Amino acid sequence: MSPLPENETNPGAELEPTPQPGAPVAGRERRGMFGVHDAGDTTGFGGLRLPAYLPPRAERPYGGWFDEFVDELLAAMAERGIPTSAIRQVTIDRGEITLYVDRDHLVALCQALRDDAALRFELCSSVSGVDYGADVPDRLHSVYHLTSMTYRRRIRLEVAVDVDDAHVPSVVSVYPTADWHERETWDMFGIVYDGHPALTRILMPDDWDGHPQRKDYPLGGIPVEYKGAEIPPPDQRRAYS
Amino acid sequence: MSIDDIQHADSRDTTEGRVYTVTGGDWDEVLEEAARDERIVMNLGPQHPSTHGVLRLVLELEGESVTQARSVIGYLHTGIEKNCEYRTWTQGVTFVTRMDYLAPLFNETAYCLATEKLLGIEVPRRAQVIRVLLMELNRIGSHLVAIATGGMELGALTGMTNGFREREEVLHLLEWLTGLRMNHAFIRPGGVAQDLPDDYHEKITSFLKIMDSRLPGYDKLLTGQPIWRNRMAGVGVLPVDACLALGITGPILRSAGLAWDLRKVDPYLGYEEYSFEVPTSTDADCFARYVLRLEEIHQSLKIVKQALKKLEPGPVMVEDAKIAWPAQLTIGADGMGNSLNHVKKIMGQSMESLIHHFKLVTEGFAVPAGQVYVPIESPRGELGYHMVSDGGTRPLRVHVREPSFVNLQSMPAMCEGGMVADVIASVASIDPVMGGCDR
Repeated sequence: MSPLPENETNPGAELEPTPQPGAPVAGRERRGMFGVHDAGDTTGFGGLRLPAYLPPRAERPYGGWFDEFVDELLAAMAERGIPTSAIRQVTIDRGEITLYVDRDHLVALCQALRDDAALRFELCSSVSGVDYGADVPDRLHSVYHLTSMTYRRRIRLEVAVDVDDAHVPSVVSVYPTADWHERETWDMFGIVYDGHPALTRILMPDDWDGHPQRKDYPLGGIPVEYKGAEIPPPDQRRAYS
Repeated sequence: MSIDDIQHADSRDTTEGRVYTVTGGDWDEVLEEAARDERIVMNLGPQHPSTHGVLRLVLELEGESVTQARSVIGYLHTGIEKNCEYRTWTQGVTFVTRMDYLAPLFNETAYCLATEKLLGIEVPRRAQVIRVLLMELNRIGSHLVAIATGGMELGALTGMTNGFREREEVLHLLEWLTGLRMNHAFIRPGGVAQDLPDDYHEKITSFLKIMDSRLPGYDKLLTGQPIWRNRMAGVGVLPVDACLALGITGPILRSAGLAWDLRKVDPYLGYEEYSFEVPTSTDADCFARYVLRLEEIHQSLKIVKQALKKLEPGPVMVEDAKIAWPAQLTIGADGMGNSLNHVKKIMGQSMESLIHHFKLVTEGFAVPAGQVYVPIESPRGELGYHMVSDGGTRPLRVHVREPSFVNLQSMPAMCEGGMVADVIASVASIDPVMGGCDR
């Protein structure tokens, strides 16, 4: 059997996700080794430069059920008038598919994913935030894990936003379970979910300042004395990576 | 009201000065309205024996019926997800095991499965069977606590003492097998910390005998008891469409009729080899959830028996010396400790071994960049770990999709419109563990 189905049986074959400028960056640039920045470089490893990780763009054929799923999704998008540019990139890594999505079309896309008979992602398993750190473009990511109980498939949608414009439309109207997840992500990362019925803090006290899981928010902690030696708090200890 | 009204009001002189008795105005109307409208906003918890942990419920009552209910969480937030970002991948296990303290081995397993998926490794078969064995024992303990504390909250105190008595057997067994009653940190990326003790077979077999003799007692004490049934049947109903909309998984979803158990629909750790049933019900009420939990205990015992047969001698940690913990642990006089032979080797014979040990223990191993989501079936539902690596020796992000957190969202849907006493039964049937919910 050919890995690429014929056009007649393949409703989305003429459509493809349209690449957008600015590929998602998922990591920071690394310099040196052993985490030493406050002393002279005696090892020579200080000159090491590693570029930031970019999730690779997947090429057709994706393999497995991924081709069929993307075809069906593109067909459902065409039916609902969602432009193909809504999907910025498809990444397949470790047997999981990630769709990098434009935030303007997120809610319509979720609606299509939930309601289309060939997609049926009934369950929103999880919404979580990821902060990739200070110098990363569009450092805040809102990540959605959707589950199709009908087809027993799992996908991941990812929306990347800038920290100065951290607005993502809320998907509570499509998946009511996202209510608390989005409140937690607002609380921890400061991503504003526009259209959420009551976007308030959920884990931290209401009057808390800052968003604790951002990378520039300190871990806190005090130095601990143990047998005469002073152990600094975990975020101030020497780190190797 | 003008000053004249007050001056013409009745007054009496006291040692504190002149005191007026003011009448008129809209006070009569206010009183009349208050008599008609019995709306009370009541706070329940966070320190209350019936709220199943440090959970706060805000209930709007009209008489004894609940018109609105909201839960307030966060009292047990400990920042475990953030802490994991400052530790090596192996150290993370000791953090996640403290989240859902009734199901620590599930947290450890899901965390390790996610780490192993990022690394692209698979653990040896004996380690897989040991993980299944420990998780099912843990599931029995967790369900026993759910039944026990639920019984306590509804006033069935013998149910509580019996449940905790049997759970103590589980904890004793887990202590014998892993070294600790709770917070084991026994399951590590790459396998398990050490092999089971020599006499594990006899210990587990005698535990199975005890459970087989005591479990029928629950049917006598609770299942057939009219008061227990009347408190639970038809209470806290949540049909399957509401479950899906609210993302509810676990016994609550199965009580609504959908046989969704990740051990069956998306098997991991070789669960497809075990023969067991996924009990379901269509009643969608608290009583159905109690019956399902009891039945799941029986099914877990069945899996434990099969796992015992599958345990064949072999390694319990991956061969890769760049990932496997270097110290061969042995049980010393104090319970647990490093192997003297290993210490002798690294301190006296092989400098390379010492360097290797030092690097792996202090720096840890690097995990290739990328992200994974690994869900497993915990006693409360889908426990998912979303882990992101940027290629370093520490996780960039560990997010836990906690079933307690998600399932607690169903509390208003179950309680609103019901009686205030049924709120307690509903929350008990959700079985939230606040350590996991707040993380």
